Amino acid sequence: MGATRGIGRAVARRLAERGDTLFLLGRDPADLSLSARDLEARGAAGPVGHAHLDLGQPDGFPTALDAADRALARLDALVVTGGLFARQDELATDPARLAALLHANFTGTVLLCQQTAERLAARGGGLICAFGSVAGDRARRSNYLYGASKAGLAACLDGLDLAYRDRGVRVLCVKPGFVRTGMTAGLPVPPFAGEPDAVARRVVAAMGAGRHQVYAPGIWRAIMLVIRMLPRAVLRRVQF
Amino acid sequence: MEPLSAFALEEVTGWGRYPVRPGRVQRPERLDVPAGEEPLVPRGLGRAYGDAALPYTPGGLVVESTRADRIRSFDAATGRLHCEAGLSLAEILRVFVPRGWFPPVTPGTKFVTVGACVACDVHGKNHHRDGSFGRFVERLTLRTADGRLVECGPDREHELFRATVGGMGLTGLILDVTLRLKPIESPWMVLETQGMPSLDAMLEGLRLSAAHWPYTVGWIDCLARGAQLGRGILMRGRHATQVEAGSRPAPRSRRVDVPFDGPGWLLNPLFMRWFNQLYAWSHGTALKRRLVSHDTFFYPLDAVGRWNRLYGRRGLLQYQCVLPRAAGPRPIAILLERLAAAGAASFLAVIKDCGPASDAYLSFPMEGTTLALDLPNRGAVTEALIHDLNATVVEHGGRIYLAKDAVTRAEDFARMMPGLPEWRAVRDRWDPNRRFRSAQSVRVLGDPA
Repeated sequence: MGATRGIGRAVARRLAERGDTLFLLGRDPADLSLSARDLEARGAAGPVGHAHLDLGQPDGFPTALDAADRALARLDALVVTGGLFARQDELATDPARLAALLHANFTGTVLLCQQTAERLAARGGGLICAFGSVAGDRARRSNYLYGASKAGLAACLDGLDLAYRDRGVRVLCVKPGFVRTGMTAGLPVPPFAGEPDAVARRVVAAMGAGRHQVYAPGIWRAIMLVIRMLPRAVLRRVQF
Repeated sequence: MEPLSAFALEEVTGWGRYPVRPGRVQRPERLDVPAGEEPLVPRGLGRAYGDAALPYTPGGLVVESTRADRIRSFDAATGRLHCEAGLSLAEILRVFVPRGWFPPVTPGTKFVTVGACVACDVHGKNHHRDGSFGRFVERLTLRTADGRLVECGPDREHELFRATVGGMGLTGLILDVTLRLKPIESPWMVLETQGMPSLDAMLEGLRLSAAHWPYTVGWIDCLARGAQLGRGILMRGRHATQVEAGSRPAPRSRRVDVPFDGPGWLLNPLFMRWFNQLYAWSHGTALKRRLVSHDTFFYPLDAVGRWNRLYGRRGLLQYQCVLPRAAGPRPIAILLERLAAAGAASFLAVIKDCGPASDAYLSFPMEGTTLALDLPNRGAVTEALIHDLNATVVEHGGRIYLAKDAVTRAEDFARMMPGLPEWRAVRDRWDPNRRFRSAQSVRVLGDPA
């Protein structure tokens, strides 16, 4: 889910190149179709199908997952890179936009992952990979609304991994730092910015290694370790 | 994910890092012309050296294609590839070399987009045999200035096609490209190198090699003078057969990076002389033959990421011209003498014989000899040198390559390019108001500021 753009596009390509069978979920059928053809040309096993899924409309999730199940013969992994993003100033003054973002990034994604976990557990296991963010590790005055949606999701993924691992379902929470994609276009580029391809390689490696959490680029693990330990008084004083 | 609406100003520059213009760069994942009337300049990976992909107006709109990089289809029986304009040759190589396919024409870097390969009608070491990139393009989809989606090719909207191949992105935004890849038996190259003691030997070596080798090129020591003028190394190659490659594993590309600007002393005359001596000494005039990776053969400089930083903050001016075969070796010798006299202006020149010109109006290559060199940017002195070289090129019926150019005068370019009036006429039909406009098109092609 989210394979048409940014990190999702790069992750899907890595999976296609190693010969995985893929099925795409998303909102724009024309865009999904373009990405499906791209992934087929890059080596995906068999035709790449797609179905409608909007993270803001959880009612449609069972239908979309059924379609994926049918097309893949047996769905064994879900990767969710899709989500909404907006600058803090846009969210702070526009309640409707904020509600849509919280609904998609938290409620929608949690519902999707939970339903999928049940499906996978019922047939003996599988993998769920979804995207939190370093923005969820510690609130920033400039990004706490988006960060909160990702912090909530990360907490859910953390618990999901604990709860379902015994039933064969592994859950990976990816926490990207700043990555140069269409999502972050126009934002000032901070140090340690990553590229989608490098992030995708790291994510796919972490999927194979059975990890429950991965920072990408990797340096963000160290950065966030420090930032999480900063005393609140420091955060108040510096423009963080 | 919802893209943001605001676009911060960025410093936009070419690979030579001169000139620099602030611009608003859009990098859409679905490439298209933004709504409105504002002039824009199309851009790929920014490997053009000069001002070809820079906005003329400070803060002007730049549409970068690099995120529009999806493959639409690939026919494994014929090698026909339909892709979005932002797909890079590096990505094509990564995906298709293991399957036995190679770009039909490649410039000296793989970090170029397919759209830019069309817009610059790039050429490579196989020009003497295969011609330039446009020859392998079957279809282009353009978003033209009037908002129409237009397909063109050798058999459809041929005028627009001839104006778009080599047209520097100024006839419309190239959205997707259909081209033919060529089959290869292995990812390895057979490379032969031989020292050439003089310019005549080099030209003769290129001529003799052309008959039997699909890829040829020469590197010339620009500091050598007198009888040694034009000495250098001749390189010729071909894709290795399965038998030659044997059980060798596929080559892996390595990359190092230049993380900061080079110090001024790095390219000083003594260093360059030493570098060239070393280079000549390492080769001698003996013929050497070995197997190398296609990265080593085609893209030696790509192994050093951001190597342009070695030229320091002022950047470099690259100069590339082609002189017609009929003019003989004399003008090449004149150019090399000028360079040597100018003192360490350049330490290495690339020389290559070109085959027949294409029918694209602004396509650079023509039957003859092309010379390409890097000139550290020393401001007015370097610009004067380029105008001086241009005078020789004009006098002998040659031309310069827009993808490398940052300083050529409009009147000089008009004298070099006989197809320019026809190209303008096609452009008048498709983009009368010059919606597609670059710093270069204002400087050298007569677009309004």
